[in-house]
Amino acid sequence: MLAHQLAVESDLIRADMVEVIEFPHLATKYQVMGVPRTVINETIHIEGAVPEPMLMRELGRLLKK
Amino acid sequence: MALLNEQIRQEVRKMLADLKNPVTFKVFTQEFECEYCKETRELIEEVAGLSDRLSVEVYDFVRDKGVADSLGIDKIPAVAVVGAKDYGIRLYGIPSGYEFGTLIEDVRLVSEGDSGLAPASRELVAKLKDPVHIQVFVTPT
Repeated sequence: MLAHQLAVESDLIRADMVEVIEFPHLATKYQVMGVPRTVINETIHIEGAVPEPMLMRELGRLLKK
Repeated sequence: MALLNEQIRQEVRKMLADLKNPVTFKVFTQEFECEYCKETRELIEEVAGLSDRLSVEVYDFVRDKGVADSLGIDKIPAVAVVGAKDYGIRLYGIPSGYEFGTLIEDVRLVSEGDSGLAPASRELVAKLKDPVHIQVFVTPT
């Protein structure tokens, strides 16, 4: 849900909710052991529910690159 | 057969009673519908029937490849929740259980067109220069 809020906030952000049982190849690809699992730009992986400040810290890492 | 019982239909109707802008569900399935494609399409059609601000466009993932590509849809079942513009909100797989709540919240969010994020978050997001793709993997619970 937070990811979808981000998508509304910025035209640069695209946010997918993926039901992993229906796409088992993605579970393997992204090493989904527990849910929710958030993957940002294929590089940042976060396990578990993500509070807004924490997700912002992770997005902030993208700005530093 | 209805997927939503009367109690849920009434609750959803209430939640969607004050929608600001119209919202369109762009549903992607295929001619021989995959296991959850049919259920997803039927569920979305049922939800759309609960508010006159909601509409559904059903696309064939194969025949309408151009539309799918333009929306970045790369697997099905898929639903793009589109408001005054396409905000980039996608749901892959059937939005059931907890994710049904996400679907309804998405409708409200897109209709409002405001993220509701904290001011500090908005500031940070405004600094982004490059596209960001966020994928949240969930299971039906």
